[in-house]
Amino acid sequence: MTVNAPAVPPAAPPSRPLRGAGRRRSSVLLAAVRTPRGAIGLGMAAMVVLAAVIGPLVAPYAPDALVTLALGKPNGQFLLGGDYLGRDVLSRVLDGGWVLLVMAACATALGIAGGALAGVSAAYLRGVSDGIIMRAVDVILSFPQVVFALLLLSLLGPRLWLITIAVGVSHAPQVARVLRSATLDVSERDFVKAAELQGMRPIKVMAKEILPNLISPLMVEAGLRLTYSIVVIAGLAFLGFGQPPPAANWGTMIYENRIGLSVNPWAVIVPAALIALLTIGINTFTDAFARVVIGVDRRPEQAALIDDLGQELSK
Amino acid sequence: MAVTADLPTFQPGAREAHPIARLVRRRLAIGVLTLFLVSVVVFVATEVLPGNAAYAILGRNASPVRVRALETTLHLNRGLFAQYWVWISGLFDGRLGNSLLNGQPVWNLVEPRLVNSAVLVLVTGVIGSLLGMALGALAAVRKDGWFDHIMSLVVLAATSLPEFVVAIGLIILFATDIWHLLPGVSLLPPGTYAWSQPQLLVLPVATLVIVIVPYTMRMMRAAMVEALESDYVEMARLKGVPEWRVVLVHALPNAIAPTIQVIGLGFLYLAGGIVIVENVFNFPGIGQGLVYAVDGRDIPVIQLIVVVLAAFYVVMNILTDVIALMATPRRRIAR
Repeated sequence: MTVNAPAVPPAAPPSRPLRGAGRRRSSVLLAAVRTPRGAIGLGMAAMVVLAAVIGPLVAPYAPDALVTLALGKPNGQFLLGGDYLGRDVLSRVLDGGWVLLVMAACATALGIAGGALAGVSAAYLRGVSDGIIMRAVDVILSFPQVVFALLLLSLLGPRLWLITIAVGVSHAPQVARVLRSATLDVSERDFVKAAELQGMRPIKVMAKEILPNLISPLMVEAGLRLTYSIVVIAGLAFLGFGQPPPAANWGTMIYENRIGLSVNPWAVIVPAALIALLTIGINTFTDAFARVVIGVDRRPEQAALIDDLGQELSK
Repeated sequence: MAVTADLPTFQPGAREAHPIARLVRRRLAIGVLTLFLVSVVVFVATEVLPGNAAYAILGRNASPVRVRALETTLHLNRGLFAQYWVWISGLFDGRLGNSLLNGQPVWNLVEPRLVNSAVLVLVTGVIGSLLGMALGALAAVRKDGWFDHIMSLVVLAATSLPEFVVAIGLIILFATDIWHLLPGVSLLPPGTYAWSQPQLLVLPVATLVIVIVPYTMRMMRAAMVEALESDYVEMARLKGVPEWRVVLVHALPNAIAPTIQVIGLGFLYLAGGIVIVENVFNFPGIGQGLVYAVDGRDIPVIQLIVVVLAAFYVVMNILTDVIALMATPRRRIAR
């Protein structure tokens, strides 16, 4: 094995036995928050989330009310000016974030749950299940995420639940790959063997012995997938596949106000900056967390790819 | 065994039965299977699920006569397997049918877009990979210096930004308010080729380069750091090899192999990234074509573009693995 040792160390962090894992996990989270990166990242993301959550309550105008000049410059009454139809940009910015956040959170939860289920069972059950699950993973991975979502949307039109499911499903295979490679590592350990020898059923072994030891890679994945969910969902909204027109949405706002970029750039800059702040914040925090638990700055997905190759060669 | 013949000759252990040849065969088989399943998924998704494509196109209140006529054009009145066969054989002999929106042959609509997107992906891929490797190597050589630290923050920011935010940022900087240097939106009509006005490629390429460079760079840096700390580099230094030669001749070749995989991932990413970026810049490629087609429910066009993108994905995947293997001296002889 020394011959084809992967160029970088394997993906899974050194796994710990179950005992005391809960306490260490919360202390790991705290340790991540205490690093400068973690604090800055969390702060950035929290600001945007706060704006999106309390925004609809404090918005000075209704998001779809025509109250000012089309593409009017910012002034004392309309702090960010008017959009291309003469709606208040500030109100639309405050109102246009929460749907994106809810959708992204649901899509991430769906992707992580589905991917974890697929990845852990593929690695633990092996054999036919592994083959079938990994072929399904290959098939979904062959579609770029946006393309996969567009394919599903071409059936039923841009329904919000469909977009959420499409994005969630398109995350699952990548999560599955990472968790499969982490599970292969954990399932060789003594405490798993011990549980098997006691006659524990495979489902119970996976849920009680293996899964608790995958919490760290799972949380890193969740952070990454949350970032990508926001990127893809906002991107789809930008392409016109989001809430139907009068509703405010950061992605849609960037698209519709693009024509007035040289007249009132704030209608584009502010929603773009909020999305940027949010994704950079989440990713920075995830990076800080990954540094604390894994100790290297490296995407688990890349490591999984390289591990796959190494395993195949050593067969 | 064509692969064996392509191997560089300096490798003494590479003569006998080949893990690489075996791996290539395996990957190819999986690739073909995946492509077949992909075609089934695309077919099922677009033609079977929503009850009936004819109703999806004409709307629920369409007159039965029109629905019947469209069903005949789409071969919907035949059995499922027959429909799939008509479609899949069309992919191979070029009879892909006509666009549902304007009646033109699908291939005539898609072909110029395909060429434009290919140019975009290729130019971006080449610039992005070279730039990423150069920056990554530089960061590794000056590990923990100011350049390395700044780059690690830039990388973190760039990997989290959505493409359209990067694109809008570039448009604001270079095409409207600050410097009005470049066209922000391409006015190329669909059906023309991008190289007739190369300046239109600048911003789309720049956007995609900014999005893919960080991944290549990060991997190159990690691999290069490892190579520079290895025994053979130590040995070379102790022999008195000049430092530039240690970096370029001893460390660099060993760092490139793992990086190739990430470069491959970058190309894979581009297959999806062009969808957004082409729409920001109004660039007449297949990404823009796909969004138009989904908007208008132009099913034959959706099918063709999605299958082309998925095929690109599968082929690139195999290619990347094989090239990465061949470029790794220690993996070449693995068994």
